[in-house]
Amino acid sequence: MDFIIQNIINALQWGSFYALIALGYTLVYGVLRLINFAHGDIFMVGAYIAFFVAGFMLGPALGLSPMATFLFAVPLTMFLTACVGVTLERIAYRPLRRKGAHRLYVVITALMCGLILEYSNLAVLGASRLKFPELVEKTIWNLGGVTLTNLKVIVIFAAVAVFVILNFIVTKTKIGMAMRGISYDKFAIPLMGIPIDSIIVFTFILGSGFAGLAGLLFAMSYPVLEPFMGMIIGWKAFIAAVVGGIGDIRGAFYGGFLLGFIEVGVVTVFPSTYRDLFAFTILLIILWMKPTGLFGMPQSTKI
Amino acid sequence: MKLSLRKMGLLALALVLSFLMTVPAFAADTIKIGFNLPLTGDIPEVGDGSKKAAEMYLKDINEAGGLEVGGKKYMLEFIYMDNESKAESAVNVALKLIEQEDVVAIIGPNSSKQAVPAGGTCNDNRTPMITPWSTNPDTTKDRPWVFRAAFLDPFQGPVAADFAASKFGAKTAAVIFDVSNDYSKGLAEIFKSAWENKGLGPVVAFESHGTKDQDFSAQLTTIIKANPDFIFVPDNYNQVALIVQQARDLGYKGPFMGSDAWGTPDLIKLCGEQCYGNYFSTHYAAAGATGATKVFIDRYQKNYGSTPADYAALTWDSIGLLVQGIQNAGKVESNPRKERQLIRDGLAAIKSFDGITGTSKFDEQGDPIKCAVVVKISDKGEFVFEQSVCP
Repeated sequence: MDFIIQNIINALQWGSFYALIALGYTLVYGVLRLINFAHGDIFMVGAYIAFFVAGFMLGPALGLSPMATFLFAVPLTMFLTACVGVTLERIAYRPLRRKGAHRLYVVITALMCGLILEYSNLAVLGASRLKFPELVEKTIWNLGGVTLTNLKVIVIFAAVAVFVILNFIVTKTKIGMAMRGISYDKFAIPLMGIPIDSIIVFTFILGSGFAGLAGLLFAMSYPVLEPFMGMIIGWKAFIAAVVGGIGDIRGAFYGGFLLGFIEVGVVTVFPSTYRDLFAFTILLIILWMKPTGLFGMPQSTKI
Repeated sequence: MKLSLRKMGLLALALVLSFLMTVPAFAADTIKIGFNLPLTGDIPEVGDGSKKAAEMYLKDINEAGGLEVGGKKYMLEFIYMDNESKAESAVNVALKLIEQEDVVAIIGPNSSKQAVPAGGTCNDNRTPMITPWSTNPDTTKDRPWVFRAAFLDPFQGPVAADFAASKFGAKTAAVIFDVSNDYSKGLAEIFKSAWENKGLGPVVAFESHGTKDQDFSAQLTTIIKANPDFIFVPDNYNQVALIVQQARDLGYKGPFMGSDAWGTPDLIKLCGEQCYGNYFSTHYAAAGATGATKVFIDRYQKNYGSTPADYAALTWDSIGLLVQGIQNAGKVESNPRKERQLIRDGLAAIKSFDGITGTSKFDEQGDPIKCAVVVKISDKGEFVFEQSVCP
């Protein structure tokens, strides 16, 4: 029994990262109908930004305690990563949007931006891995054979909190209404006096900011950083978002956890070589039965 | 369709540039040796350390006026190429070194994951290759052109099993390994059969993971549930750092036993205090070395400011072997194909070699028979000599 509960906790932690990254994919897709393939690499940049922010705060210039560093690093990392996301939007996606380029070109641009982020990191920082400092003093609780660390609780709590906040913003606020409006008809929305560019920038701030948070928490949980760490986890989070129904906040959240549970579940029962095969076969079957994803709505285009 | 003048100019420029890059530099009286190294990718420290050791050797030879073969001095030229720690890139690099650079021999790749496929390529192209660090038997098996400087996994696996059984008093073992890495998978299987055949007890869990994995909690939960006396982790240092930490987070308190892939200073950088007190089998122990080994370590430390890991020392020995092979050949042919044949015969003629990682004798397969050491990671993060095991 404790074996099963332990694996549920493992899956919750792993799924939290998928969910956090999938939320970023889904936000941008929901507003722009653009699959931002650079998102996984923005997550990677977030982890590196967190590394340098934490290093600076712990360093001789400021000399903060690890706990204070953690508390300050969260907003600062989110802010700086959001800046990277907004810069990408500014220099790569907006000019294409202005020219009215086909969505396909924007997706290819996004893929390319991701590669540029990876390889510029490799060129600047080198291939050697970095060790992320320990910010939260680890406490291991043992509850009847099940172990839990405070870090895992923080990660799972953060994923749920981000989901609640985003859900509130998108469904309950005016700016969220504008975001949904753009997704519905981006030509009519400016006529209503809504600044479409600002709304899009806001979307990127939200998506990239939470990717930064995910990067920080990931670096704390798995403290070995390398330039290509965002690639595979980014793709998988994207698939999770599609299975959940891309464009829907709930879909990304549940899709992320679903993938986490399937992966951990498969490894528990089968040899690890079957993990991705089984995980993606299950996801394929879900898409097969419900092509819009678990929470997606079929899109109707008006002519 | 008509190309504009500007486009044609650009195209011509690109063509000229690509030609310039592929034309091999030709110089008389030099011996060209290729290095197939992981300078980026999963294990960049390994490529970096090997390159540093090679640079030291190159400086020694060339500052002395070159290498004397058959009464004439030849300068050495080392060409380093990056195999990105990937199997397919290692094959490409081997081909590039052979066909474009016309090297007479290749040193590397280091890890078995790259050395097994690259060894096949070198053997097929009749080019001598010496791998410094690869311990998988398949690298040299039935390949007369491939040699190595390290001991083999069929030797290392039982060494780890015996040590763990006596040191930890272990009755049960668990293994976690990288299934997509020839080295890790081969060693895990050899260890398992050694442990069981010696009647030391059962292997209660035998779990695998992928190279890019970062979360091992599901596998480790299964392992910890099986309650082993120790966990054998024949993995690269970057994964070891994550595995050890996650096992401790899941409440595992027992010891770990590692293999020679642990032996890099980066392990301590990435893993920190959580790796202290564990043991691994390796090729040499830097702390407390004597003689030529100490001279090498001191020089390396003076030049680069860090302790050389086993792959650096083995690269040094590989170059030593190759130099001996060239000298055994007795003359240098200007045709690289003929020269490769001479060097291969020269290498095959070596019966024993006195290197800085110990004295070794060679069997008919081209594999050295040499001793392994077990080191302990001390409370200061140093690799301290614990025990030496000879075949």
